Amino acid sequence: MRRIISMLLENEPGALSRVVGLFSQRGYNIETLTVAPTNDRTLSRLTLTTSGSDRVIEQITKQLNKLIEVVKLVDLTEGAHVERELLLVKLKATGAQRAEIKRTADIFRGQIVDVTSAVYTVQLTGTSDKLDAFIESVGDASILEVVRTGVSGMARGDKILAL
Amino acid sequence: MELLSGAEMLIRSLKDEGVDTIFGYPGGAVLHIYDALFQQSDITHVLVRHEQAASHMADGYSRSTGRPGVCLATSGPGATNTVTGIATAYMDSIPLVVITGQVQSDWIGDDAFQETDILGVTRPIVKHSFMVTRPEDIPEIVKKAFYIATTGRPGPVLIDVPKDLTSPTESFEYHYPAKVKMRSYSVVTRGHTGQIKKAVELLVSAKRPVIYAGGGVVQGNGAELLTQVVRELGAPCTNTLMGLGGFPGTDKQYVGMLGMHGTYEANMVMHHADVVLAVGARFDDRVTNHVEKFCSGAKIIHIDVDPASISKNIAVDVPIVGAVDLVLKEMLEQVRKTDLVADKDARNEWWKQIDAWRGFHGLRYETNDNGLLKPQQVIESLYKATGGDAIVCSDVGQHQMFAAQYYAFDKPRRWINSGGLGTMGFGLPAAMGCLVGQPDQTVVTVTGEGSIQMCIQELSTCLQYNLPVKIICLNNQALGMVKQWQDMVYQGRHSSSTYEESLPDFVKLTEAYGHVGMKVEKAADLDAAMEECFSLKDRLVFMDITVDPLEHVYPMQIKEGSMRDMWLSKTERT
Repeated sequence: MRRIISMLLENEPGALSRVVGLFSQRGYNIETLTVAPTNDRTLSRLTLTTSGSDRVIEQITKQLNKLIEVVKLVDLTEGAHVERELLLVKLKATGAQRAEIKRTADIFRGQIVDVTSAVYTVQLTGTSDKLDAFIESVGDASILEVVRTGVSGMARGDKILAL
Repeated sequence: MELLSGAEMLIRSLKDEGVDTIFGYPGGAVLHIYDALFQQSDITHVLVRHEQAASHMADGYSRSTGRPGVCLATSGPGATNTVTGIATAYMDSIPLVVITGQVQSDWIGDDAFQETDILGVTRPIVKHSFMVTRPEDIPEIVKKAFYIATTGRPGPVLIDVPKDLTSPTESFEYHYPAKVKMRSYSVVTRGHTGQIKKAVELLVSAKRPVIYAGGGVVQGNGAELLTQVVRELGAPCTNTLMGLGGFPGTDKQYVGMLGMHGTYEANMVMHHADVVLAVGARFDDRVTNHVEKFCSGAKIIHIDVDPASISKNIAVDVPIVGAVDLVLKEMLEQVRKTDLVADKDARNEWWKQIDAWRGFHGLRYETNDNGLLKPQQVIESLYKATGGDAIVCSDVGQHQMFAAQYYAFDKPRRWINSGGLGTMGFGLPAAMGCLVGQPDQTVVTVTGEGSIQMCIQELSTCLQYNLPVKIICLNNQALGMVKQWQDMVYQGRHSSSTYEESLPDFVKLTEAYGHVGMKVEKAADLDAAMEECFSLKDRLVFMDITVDPLEHVYPMQIKEGSMRDMWLSKTERT
């Protein structure tokens, strides 16, 4: 099952490599990974998505918690949560395609953020499923380049991940 | 406030941490540190002949004394040579602080002479590591390193120190922190009282209980408490390879080591138990055999300081996270005051069954008529000669299993071996570390002609520091355990497991290093030679003992089977 694990990490050199190293060293997979400093400059927020049986996920969270630089950790998928990912996609946009892409982008509430005579760059935010669906609907044939940020997320309601 | 250089602060911090010995080897990047070492007398430095031995010695020092071991190596090859020792300590949860020199800060990343990203290399095999970036941070980093290495589930911590940060040209105000607090590292101590209660209820009302105790009991200083708990429960106890000595090996409630080469009775007891109490053990693959067939009829209670050890390999019914000694203490109190009473008939039945298994004599061997020694005989003779009270450091292979099976350890920190990583070459330097830490003890290395050659250069260090290790080399002229597997699994194709007459004359070799060498070839000579070896108190003695090259280690669990599926000899199985 797909999980979103989010953690506060000491904002120190080497901390990220310990997290990433743990996954390869123990044979777990990382599907997406995103990390940036928080309002507290001493902390980074790292969010990753992974999948595995309950036993594997339990091991992943325990092993991550053992890392000295991991200050706090939550499995967002255990409760209600908001997840977002940002997609930038460069699409061939000539002739009739231009209008079609614009329409599709509108339907997905995407924005065209850069335009040339032959290319549109579309920005889209949402759950990973939604981004997948957009990529599917525009089709491989018109896609020139794709970049995704990976999933970020927070628990819904009062629950917070903070010190 | 004193003003000290980075190098001086490092040495002073170690002293303030209570370090008395460093095992190491100098080189370019640590010259400032060695100069600071030279100018003080609180800390002794032991110069090894290869940095791998420095990490093993620090490890042996720690295992025997219970205090953290410290080693020091230069950048690049010095640092990479410590890697095997670090991995060995990591797998067995031994507290080490490893200090490595690094090229000067502004050269890092330039592929400078003797530069290695040792933090990167060791990342998967350390509990934590630090790169010093400012000299004034050194005392705090040292404090944290020892704190992390020795608390919770212990393990090795590495500190990488760029050369420029130890320069004598700059001085800083030295202050060693009394305490350390880290927001991201907290140590569990007491176990959950409710869980302990649940465990006690299960154990007392069990019909066929067993206690399975591992290295955590030794490392966590829980042996005395464990013994009391086992006695109070009236249950049989088995130790893992790492846990030998955690419960007295000559006690009547002891059923021997369990696992791949465990005793028949220990594995049978495990398989038939209805409640298993695992203490400081991690359900290693060398213990469980096939995990899905492991103790299928039993409720499992697991005490461990590391939450990640719980339900990792085997799903556990009653997990108890906590320091082994504190949990056992609370457990003992609860066992003593519980109103529950054990089912006497069921327990009598259980012990009758256990005695029947014992009577089967699973741990046995046949002596040769022609005087050729069996390796088991050598261990029995060693046990006699040392009164069962030596510190026995083992290398890895058949000799390790024979020693584990035939030397009964009554106390913890007497059996020292690389159980997790299985590091050949560990035995001699580990024994040296034990002797440095406890010079009054009799320290033995049980080894083979394969393992001993992996760190044999340390015979020279032994002479320099007068370390009278007794080396008991079971020489079967082959890599015995490899050969055993080749016999059993590869139809006797001995691929690269023999040396074709290339073995050195170990007696001459030992003499060349300035020690005493002895050769034993006949069973009749063994006991006298062993006596002579241990009568030479102040000398290192290397006993090159010719043993039967055809001997296999039994019992041996049958792959993919359950605990009770074992080969008992070359022809008999359960």
